[in-house]
Amino acid sequence: MNSVVVSGSLRNRLVLTLIGGAAVLALILFVVVRNYAVLVAQQGQDRILIASATSMLDSATIRDGAVELDLPYSAFSMLSTAADDRVFYAILQDGTLLSGYEELTFSDAQAFQFDRIRGSDVRKISASRILIGANLRTEIQIVLAQTQDALSETLDQISRNAALLGVGFFALAVGLSFWATSATIGQLGKLTTSVTRRGPQDLSPFTKPVPREMAPLVKSLNSLMGRLDQSLRQSEDFIAEAAHRVRTPLATVRSYAEATLQRVDKEENREAMRSMVKAIDESSRAAGQLLDHAMITFRADHLERDEIDIVDLARDLVQRMTPIAEMRDLSLLLLGDPRVQYSCDPVLIQNAVRNLIDNAMKYGPAESAIEITVTGEPVPRITVCDHGPGFPIHEIETLTARFQRGANAANTIGSGLGLTIARDVAIAHGGRIDLTNQPEGGACVTLSL
Amino acid sequence: MKFLLVEDNHDLANAIASRMRLDGHVIDHAGNLEDAAAFVATGEYDLILLDIMLPDGDGRTFLEQHRASDLDTPVIILTARSQVSDRIGSLDLGADDYVTKPFDHAELEARCRAVLRRKSGNAKTTIQVGGILFDPVAGHLTVAGETVTLRNRELRLLELFLNAPGKIFSKNKLADRLFSYDEDVSENAIEVYIGRLRKHLSPSNLRITTLRGLGYRLDHDE
Amino acid sequence: MRYLVALGLIFLCHAGWAQEWEDRQVFNDTGATTSLRIISSTDTDLFAPLIEAFVARHPDVAIEYLVTGTADIDRRFRAAPEAFDIAISSAMDLQLKLTNDGYALALENVSHPAWAEWRQSLFAFTSEPAAIVINRAAFEGLPIPRSRQELIEALRARPDVFRGRVGTYDVRQSGLGYLFATQDARASETFWRLMEVMGGLDVRLYCCSGEMIDDLTEGKIAVAYNVLGSYADARVESQSILEIVLPSDFPTTMMRTAFVSGASGEPEAAERFIQFLIAFQSNRADGTQTLPPLQERDNGADRASIALEPALITFLDTLKRNKFISEWENALIQN
Repeated sequence: MNSVVVSGSLRNRLVLTLIGGAAVLALILFVVVRNYAVLVAQQGQDRILIASATSMLDSATIRDGAVELDLPYSAFSMLSTAADDRVFYAILQDGTLLSGYEELTFSDAQAFQFDRIRGSDVRKISASRILIGANLRTEIQIVLAQTQDALSETLDQISRNAALLGVGFFALAVGLSFWATSATIGQLGKLTTSVTRRGPQDLSPFTKPVPREMAPLVKSLNSLMGRLDQSLRQSEDFIAEAAHRVRTPLATVRSYAEATLQRVDKEENREAMRSMVKAIDESSRAAGQLLDHAMITFRADHLERDEIDIVDLARDLVQRMTPIAEMRDLSLLLLGDPRVQYSCDPVLIQNAVRNLIDNAMKYGPAESAIEITVTGEPVPRITVCDHGPGFPIHEIETLTARFQRGANAANTIGSGLGLTIARDVAIAHGGRIDLTNQPEGGACVTLSL
Repeated sequence: MKFLLVEDNHDLANAIASRMRLDGHVIDHAGNLEDAAAFVATGEYDLILLDIMLPDGDGRTFLEQHRASDLDTPVIILTARSQVSDRIGSLDLGADDYVTKPFDHAELEARCRAVLRRKSGNAKTTIQVGGILFDPVAGHLTVAGETVTLRNRELRLLELFLNAPGKIFSKNKLADRLFSYDEDVSENAIEVYIGRLRKHLSPSNLRITTLRGLGYRLDHDE
Repeated sequence: MRYLVALGLIFLCHAGWAQEWEDRQVFNDTGATTSLRIISSTDTDLFAPLIEAFVARHPDVAIEYLVTGTADIDRRFRAAPEAFDIAISSAMDLQLKLTNDGYALALENVSHPAWAEWRQSLFAFTSEPAAIVINRAAFEGLPIPRSRQELIEALRARPDVFRGRVGTYDVRQSGLGYLFATQDARASETFWRLMEVMGGLDVRLYCCSGEMIDDLTEGKIAVAYNVLGSYADARVESQSILEIVLPSDFPTTMMRTAFVSGASGEPEAAERFIQFLIAFQSNRADGTQTLPPLQERDNGADRASIALEPALITFLDTLKRNKFISEWENALIQN
């Protein structure tokens, strides 16, 4: 049949959606974890800076009217980090530098600031204290700055872990999405398999349980098959009815014509009657072969193979056709192997062979024999030979083409579809048809399967 | 022979019946399955000709019932269908043969003869006249103690003459009865068959007379 | 007032020998394509074997070795960081502050334990305890003091013997002396009592270990406090005369450190030198070292060793330094 127009893949779409979702979630997870870690780590550094500055301020005193500030060793000691962060400080009295780094300044806009000092990015804090002496009131300010190497190392590590977490989550989600997708698509696959496995005539509804989401599909499939079945039945009935309607009056006319022919003596009237009968025969035969051909074309797409004995089939056919052969004083001879088992569509094979015998009877001279030979080796083969004039040699190739009749068949009724039908049946079974002339005269048609 | 024809188309039925009566058979005609059942119940038939599509049902149903009630009257189906599957189905249901409409009466006749030949077995229907013994079903002709099997056309020719002794048959009429309409028949061919039949009949009291310009006639010598 | 005097003294001291070097020596000055200038507080004879081994391995490098005091190194280096490729000093605090202030170059290809380096820039390569060095003659028949407390008692017991015959660093001149003093003061109050006792005995103050050991050997002084034991050990002729005591109450151990100047014109050669220096000092099986090796610390809790940490800059704070020196002067100079 025609190939289906494919637009995208449900599996890919599902997998991509799930993986895309997982990637976004993993990214969000990473960003959230990292930002939270940044916040916590920065808070930690800020607290230590504040503690250090506070301990420095605590050591400030006024003695003899002058400010003394005895920096505690611990104030800087607590700022030690694994990454050996640099430390800068400034001690100011009412805005004037007492000691420390003079480039370290602090605007009061924020409690914590970032700055760049001597080529390094630093976190900077400020703390101050009012000292009140006997006749002195002064403000001591400590500005403390520290580089962020340890912090960024910690953050790097947390980021790595968060990234690992994200990647792990992502990998797990990818695995899960593949699993979920194949499990979901698997249901479709199962349905496809059960549709494919069905015989060509099986149009019964699907009854196996399916997931709820697939129920509408199966329902419409069932309804479609129901309609198809009904429509097939209807068209079958229609064809039968139409054939009946047409053929019955034809039969009536033919019978009357024949009966009349018996009574009428005037030769010109008789000739008219004969022509009438001939015309009826030709049209009914053509209609019959057209229907046969249509049926064969339909069945060839869905071969219903049965293991049968072809010799049996041929014997039945010979028996059934013998009365007609006898009318022409022809005899049908069945020759060849006693038994040929073959898996095929018996209806098609029977039709093909019947057409071949029909043809042979048309061309075979009276009191001659038509030989039907069935052999099994090397391939099942049915040969029908007559003792008529044989095929015109230059037309053998084109004879099997549809509606083509032999040049010497001008006076023989037939639509020319007989050989076409036989050829189509052979091709449907992976075989072929061969036309030959016998050396001693007569045509042979071989159906190889 | 006594035939039952089950056919709902009266025109066709009349045509078939008149044609078969011409051959010397007795025909009862039923227009539907109900009538057919009534005929079968009351009379004995040598053969039933059964149409499939009937107003009150499918001919195959009748066939099934017929076979189920253990009647072995041979049945030939008259069908308007040509599908192979349909033919096989009919045979499987117990029909002895089938004929596709429209049909050649000669074919119908031949099929009837073939079916009867298969079915009748020992029950012989013979004609005894002018010193011959003729079995039209088997095609045997016995003259002066010698039995020969006639060829189909010889047989039909003899039947024709026996059914209408003394009647003159023109060559054309004989050709129409012996040959299909699609066959090219020469006048010579008829003479060949007449010659053969004369030879078979020569020891008997039956004689085929040639009437120049008119045709042939079967005469019975006393 | 006193603060101003101290400041002046420092500047005077510097001005006195700032223009010239205690020692200057060039190694491998023929055929070298690269030249390293090393400013160091370590005496040339202690460092020479290492440099010679280096130039033997790297004949393309010439080394100019300049020796000066630790405080002078800090001053000169800050004034012209581009003039020197490597700074080596025993004053850990000054070295750390130089590094903190961004004068040192981070070396990616040097592998060193975390406690012995700072910012991958400053590398320690010796472990040298501060010692009490005693001229045995002064303690003939008497027990040698083994701790600061015993030393205090010994000095108090015979003030007439020791008057004018005790010595220690002048912390105002010597960076190392200041480091030892501040670390001692941080560790124990005993330091201040010792200083008071020594101040009462007319302590002699030195700028450098060398002179102090000279005077000890010659008998001019009987006891020197916070001398580098390694210097005393190095003097073969003085070994029979001197007794080196590592105080048993708490030893103060200094680590000599080196860094490459951030403004160095030869960072690659300088890094090679640092790598060599570290490898040379950690190879103990080799008997060629004249400097004590870096001693591994079993754990970080060893309080005796001065840690390389930002806290070292505490005592370099101007206010803090002024306060400490004034206290030190108060204790030691009792005129």
